[in-house]
Amino acid sequence: MLNCREVTRLLSAAQERELTLKERLSLTIHLSWCSGCRTFSKQMQTLHKITRAYVKGKNEGQNNE
Amino acid sequence: MAEYMEERNEHSINTKTKSLFDDEFLEQIRRQMLKFATLQLSDAHLAEDVVQEALVGALKNARSFGGRSALKSWVFAILKNKIADALRHKHRVIDASSLLREEDEEQDFADLFNERGFWPRGEHPTAWSSPDESLREGQFWRVFEACLENLPGNQARVFMMREFIEFDSDEICSTLEISVSNLNVMLYRARMRLRECLGNHWFMERG
Repeated sequence: MLNCREVTRLLSAAQERELTLKERLSLTIHLSWCSGCRTFSKQMQTLHKITRAYVKGKNEGQNNE
Repeated sequence: MAEYMEERNEHSINTKTKSLFDDEFLEQIRRQMLKFATLQLSDAHLAEDVVQEALVGALKNARSFGGRSALKSWVFAILKNKIADALRHKHRVIDASSLLREEDEEQDFADLFNERGFWPRGEHPTAWSSPDESLREGQFWRVFEACLENLPGNQARVFMMREFIEFDSDEICSTLEISVSNLNVMLYRARMRLRECLGNHWFMERG
Protein backbone atom coordinates (compact mmCIF):
# COMPACT_ATOMS: atom_id res chain seq x y z
CA MET A 1 0.00 0.00 0.00
CA LEU A 2 1.25 3.45 -0.91
CA ASN A 3 1.80 6.13 1.68
CA CYS A 4 1.17 9.82 1.02
CA ARG A 5 4.79 10.61 0.30
CA GLU A 6 4.88 7.95 -2.41
CA VAL A 7 1.61 9.22 -3.81
CA THR A 8 2.96 12.77 -4.12
CA ARG A 9 5.97 11.38 -6.01
CA LEU A 10 3.76 9.41 -8.36
CA LEU A 11 1.56 12.43 -9.01
CA SER A 12 4.65 14.38 -10.00
CA ALA A 13 6.01 11.54 -12.15
CA ALA A 14 2.65 11.27 -13.93
CA GLN A 15 3.42 14.63 -15.52
CA GLU A 16 6.47 13.14 -17.27
CA ARG A 17 5.45 9.61 -18.12
CA GLU A 18 2.47 7.36 -18.32
CA LEU A 19 2.04 5.46 -15.08
CA THR A 20 1.93 1.69 -15.16
CA LEU A 21 -1.34 -0.13 -14.61
CA LYS A 22 -0.23 -1.15 -11.16
CA GLU A 23 0.72 2.40 -10.24
CA ARG A 24 -2.57 3.75 -11.53
CA LEU A 25 -4.53 1.21 -9.52
CA SER A 26 -2.67 1.87 -6.27
CA LEU A 27 -3.07 5.58 -6.87
CA THR A 28 -6.81 5.32 -7.44
CA ILE A 29 -7.25 3.25 -4.31
CA HIS A 30 -5.21 5.64 -2.20
CA LEU A 31 -6.99 8.73 -3.53
CA SER A 32 -10.37 7.13 -2.83
CA TRP A 33 -9.82 7.33 0.90
CA CYS A 34 -7.19 10.08 1.31
CA SER A 35 -8.59 13.60 0.99
CA GLY A 36 -5.17 15.13 1.68
CA CYS A 37 -3.71 13.55 -1.45
CA ARG A 38 -6.82 14.42 -3.46
CA THR A 39 -6.23 18.05 -2.53
CA PHE A 40 -2.55 17.70 -3.37
CA SER A 41 -3.43 16.21 -6.74
CA LYS A 42 -5.67 19.18 -7.55
CA GLN A 43 -2.89 21.53 -6.52
CA MET A 44 -0.49 19.80 -8.92
CA GLN A 45 -2.99 20.27 -11.74
CA THR A 46 -3.39 23.92 -10.82
CA LEU A 47 0.36 24.41 -10.69
CA HIS A 48 0.64 22.94 -14.17
CA LYS A 49 -2.06 25.27 -15.43
CA ILE A 50 -0.39 28.27 -13.82
CA THR A 51 3.00 27.56 -15.38
CA ARG A 52 1.38 27.10 -18.79
CA ALA A 53 -0.45 30.41 -18.49
CA TYR A 54 2.68 32.12 -17.26
CA VAL A 55 4.88 31.74 -20.30
CA LYS A 56 2.23 31.66 -22.95
CA GLY A 57 1.64 35.30 -22.18
CA LYS A 58 -2.05 34.67 -21.94
CA ASN A 59 -2.03 36.93 -18.98
CA GLU A 60 -0.59 39.82 -20.84
CA GLY A 61 -0.70 42.96 -18.73
CA GLN A 62 -0.75 40.82 -15.61
CA ASN A 63 2.53 39.04 -15.56
CA ASN A 64 4.44 42.10 -16.62
CA GLU A 65 6.94 43.35 -14.15
CA MET B 1 -5.94 53.63 -15.72
CA ALA B 2 -2.76 53.36 -17.74
CA GLU B 3 -3.72 49.85 -18.73
CA TYR B 4 -7.12 51.03 -19.82
CA MET B 5 -5.55 53.66 -22.03
CA GLU B 6 -3.29 51.03 -23.53
CA GLU B 7 -6.25 48.87 -24.31
CA ARG B 8 -7.91 51.76 -26.07
CA ASN B 9 -4.79 52.45 -28.05
CA GLU B 10 -4.61 48.88 -29.07
CA HIS B 11 -8.01 49.00 -30.64
CA SER B 12 -8.02 52.47 -32.08
CA ILE B 13 -8.11 52.36 -35.84
CA ASN B 14 -5.39 54.90 -36.46
CA THR B 15 -2.86 53.25 -34.22
CA LYS B 16 -0.39 51.39 -36.33
CA THR B 17 2.33 49.02 -35.32
CA LYS B 18 4.72 51.83 -34.55
CA SER B 19 2.92 53.09 -31.48
CA LEU B 20 1.78 49.64 -30.44
CA PHE B 21 5.28 48.38 -30.15
CA ASP B 22 7.05 51.42 -28.80
CA ASP B 23 10.53 51.35 -27.31
CA GLU B 24 9.34 51.08 -23.77
CA PHE B 25 7.19 48.06 -24.50
CA LEU B 26 9.94 46.36 -26.47
CA GLU B 27 12.47 47.01 -23.74
CA GLN B 28 10.17 45.50 -21.16
CA ILE B 29 9.57 42.41 -23.24
CA ARG B 30 13.29 42.13 -23.99
CA ARG B 31 14.14 42.17 -20.29
CA GLN B 32 11.66 39.38 -19.59
CA MET B 33 13.02 37.31 -22.45
CA LEU B 34 16.57 37.84 -21.34
CA LYS B 35 15.87 36.75 -17.81
CA PHE B 36 14.23 33.59 -19.05
CA ALA B 37 16.91 32.80 -21.65
CA THR B 38 19.77 33.40 -19.22
CA LEU B 39 18.34 30.98 -16.70
CA GLN B 40 17.88 28.30 -19.34
CA LEU B 41 21.22 28.67 -21.06
CA SER B 42 23.28 29.96 -18.14
CA ASP B 43 25.31 31.89 -20.66
CA ALA B 44 24.71 35.64 -20.88
CA HIS B 45 26.10 36.07 -24.39
CA LEU B 46 24.22 33.18 -25.87
CA ALA B 47 21.08 34.45 -24.14
CA GLU B 48 21.53 37.91 -25.70
CA ASP B 49 21.90 36.30 -29.10
CA VAL B 50 18.79 34.14 -28.98
CA VAL B 51 16.71 37.00 -27.60
CA GLN B 52 17.92 39.29 -30.35
CA GLU B 53 17.15 36.74 -33.03
CA ALA B 54 13.71 36.04 -31.64
CA LEU B 55 12.85 39.73 -31.46
CA VAL B 56 14.04 40.50 -34.94
CA GLY B 57 12.15 37.50 -36.29
CA ALA B 58 8.95 38.51 -34.57
CA LEU B 59 9.09 42.18 -35.52
CA LYS B 60 9.47 41.37 -39.18
CA ASN B 61 5.89 40.24 -39.02
CA ALA B 62 4.78 42.82 -36.50
CA ARG B 63 2.11 44.21 -38.77
CA SER B 64 0.18 41.02 -38.79
CA PHE B 65 -0.36 41.15 -35.04
CA GLY B 66 -3.59 42.38 -33.59
CA GLY B 67 -2.01 43.68 -30.45
CA ARG B 68 0.64 43.49 -27.81
CA SER B 69 -0.68 40.36 -26.28
CA ALA B 70 -0.51 38.48 -29.57
CA LEU B 71 2.97 39.79 -30.27
CA LYS B 72 4.19 38.77 -26.85
CA SER B 73 2.89 35.22 -27.20
CA TRP B 74 4.47 34.97 -30.63
CA VAL B 75 7.80 36.36 -29.51
CA PHE B 76 7.95 33.91 -26.62
CA ALA B 77 7.03 31.03 -28.88
CA ILE B 78 9.95 31.94 -31.13
CA LEU B 79 12.24 32.38 -28.15
CA LYS B 80 11.25 28.98 -26.85
CA ASN B 81 12.31 27.35 -30.12
CA LYS B 82 15.57 29.27 -30.26
CA ILE B 83 16.41 28.21 -26.72
CA ALA B 84 15.49 24.61 -27.50
CA ASP B 85 17.88 24.65 -30.49
CA ALA B 86 20.64 26.27 -28.49
CA LEU B 87 20.24 23.69 -25.74
CA ARG B 88 20.30 20.80 -28.17
CA HIS B 89 23.49 22.04 -29.76
CA LYS B 90 25.30 22.90 -26.65
CA HIS B 91 25.34 20.18 -24.05
CA ARG B 92 25.87 21.43 -20.59
CA VAL B 93 26.69 19.49 -17.51
CA ILE B 94 25.02 20.42 -14.31
CA ASP B 95 27.55 21.26 -11.67
CA ALA B 96 27.76 17.97 -9.80
CA SER B 97 28.57 19.52 -6.45
CA SER B 98 25.50 21.74 -6.57
CA LEU B 99 23.42 18.69 -7.41
CA LEU B 100 24.74 17.02 -4.32
CA ARG B 101 23.97 19.99 -2.15
CA GLU B 102 20.42 20.00 -3.37
CA GLU B 103 20.37 16.31 -2.58
CA ASP B 104 20.37 17.10 1.12
CA GLU B 105 17.07 18.72 0.68
CA GLU B 106 15.20 15.51 1.29
CA GLN B 107 15.07 16.65 4.87
CA ASP B 108 13.10 19.73 3.86
CA PHE B 109 10.05 17.72 3.04
CA ALA B 110 10.53 15.35 5.94
CA ASP B 111 8.30 17.37 8.23
CA LEU B 112 5.56 17.48 5.63
CA PHE B 113 4.88 13.82 6.35
CA ASN B 114 4.91 11.77 9.53
CA GLU B 115 7.39 8.94 10.12
CA ARG B 116 5.19 6.51 8.19
CA GLY B 117 5.02 8.86 5.20
CA PHE B 118 1.44 10.05 5.72
CA TRP B 119 0.16 13.60 6.14
CA PRO B 120 0.26 14.28 9.86
CA ARG B 121 -3.10 14.55 11.61
CA GLY B 122 -4.46 18.08 11.28
CA GLU B 123 -1.86 19.02 8.67
CA HIS B 124 -3.42 17.77 5.48
CA PRO B 125 -3.02 19.99 2.42
CA THR B 126 -5.61 22.76 2.38
CA ALA B 127 -7.48 23.34 -0.85
CA TRP B 128 -6.53 26.46 -2.81
CA SER B 129 -9.45 28.78 -3.19
CA SER B 130 -10.49 30.05 -6.63
CA PRO B 131 -7.21 29.51 -8.49
CA ASP B 132 -8.74 30.65 -11.78
CA GLU B 133 -9.46 34.08 -10.40
CA SER B 134 -5.89 34.34 -9.21
CA LEU B 135 -4.61 33.99 -12.75
CA ARG B 136 -6.26 37.29 -13.57
CA GLU B 137 -4.60 39.19 -10.75
CA GLY B 138 -1.37 41.07 -11.34
CA GLN B 139 -0.19 40.54 -7.79
CA PHE B 140 -0.52 36.79 -8.20
CA TRP B 141 2.01 36.76 -11.04
CA ARG B 142 4.48 38.73 -8.96
CA VAL B 143 4.17 36.15 -6.20
CA PHE B 144 4.56 33.30 -8.70
CA GLU B 145 7.63 34.88 -10.21
CA ALA B 146 9.16 35.36 -6.76
CA CYS B 147 8.47 31.68 -6.01
CA LEU B 148 10.19 30.63 -9.24
CA GLU B 149 13.17 32.78 -8.39
CA ASN B 150 13.42 31.18 -4.99
CA LEU B 151 13.88 27.71 -6.44
CA PRO B 152 17.43 26.37 -6.23
CA GLY B 153 19.10 27.05 -9.59
CA ASN B 154 19.11 23.56 -11.05
CA GLN B 155 15.53 22.90 -10.01
CA ALA B 156 14.37 26.11 -11.64
CA ARG B 157 16.20 25.30 -14.82
CA VAL B 158 14.95 21.76 -15.08
CA PHE B 159 11.42 22.77 -14.16
CA MET B 160 11.28 25.44 -16.85
CA MET B 161 12.92 23.21 -19.39
CA ARG B 162 10.11 20.76 -18.78
CA GLU B 163 7.18 23.15 -18.46
CA PHE B 164 8.17 26.08 -20.64
CA ILE B 165 10.51 24.74 -23.29
CA GLU B 166 8.43 21.57 -23.20
CA PHE B 167 11.32 19.18 -23.52
CA ASP B 168 10.40 15.63 -22.59
CA SER B 169 12.32 13.67 -19.95
CA ASP B 170 14.71 12.07 -22.43
CA GLU B 171 15.62 15.38 -23.99
CA ILE B 172 16.29 17.00 -20.64
CA CYS B 173 18.36 14.06 -19.47
CA SER B 174 20.52 13.99 -22.57
CA THR B 175 20.93 17.78 -22.65
CA LEU B 176 22.00 17.99 -19.03
CA GLU B 177 23.56 14.55 -18.82
CA ILE B 178 21.60 13.49 -15.79
CA SER B 179 19.73 10.27 -15.07
CA VAL B 180 15.96 9.95 -15.28
CA SER B 181 15.73 9.33 -11.57
CA ASN B 182 17.76 12.47 -10.88
CA LEU B 183 15.44 14.39 -13.12
CA ASN B 184 12.34 13.04 -11.42
CA VAL B 185 13.69 13.96 -8.03
CA MET B 186 14.50 17.49 -9.15
CA LEU B 187 11.12 18.04 -10.77
CA TYR B 188 9.38 16.64 -7.71
CA ARG B 189 11.26 19.01 -5.45
CA ALA B 190 10.63 21.99 -7.67
CA ARG B 191 6.90 21.26 -7.67
CA MET B 192 6.84 20.69 -3.91
CA ARG B 193 8.59 23.98 -3.33
CA LEU B 194 6.40 25.93 -5.70
CA ARG B 195 3.30 24.43 -4.14
CA GLU B 196 4.50 25.36 -0.69
CA CYS B 197 5.53 28.85 -1.75
CA LEU B 198 2.22 29.60 -3.47
CA GLY B 199 0.36 28.13 -0.52
CA ASN B 200 2.21 30.26 1.99
CA HIS B 201 2.35 33.49 0.06
CA TRP B 202 -0.81 33.55 -1.91
CA PHE B 203 -3.55 31.02 -1.34
CA MET B 204 -3.28 30.91 2.40
CA GLU B 205 -3.40 34.65 2.86
CA ARG B 206 -6.53 34.86 0.82
CA GLY B 207 -8.21 31.74 2.16
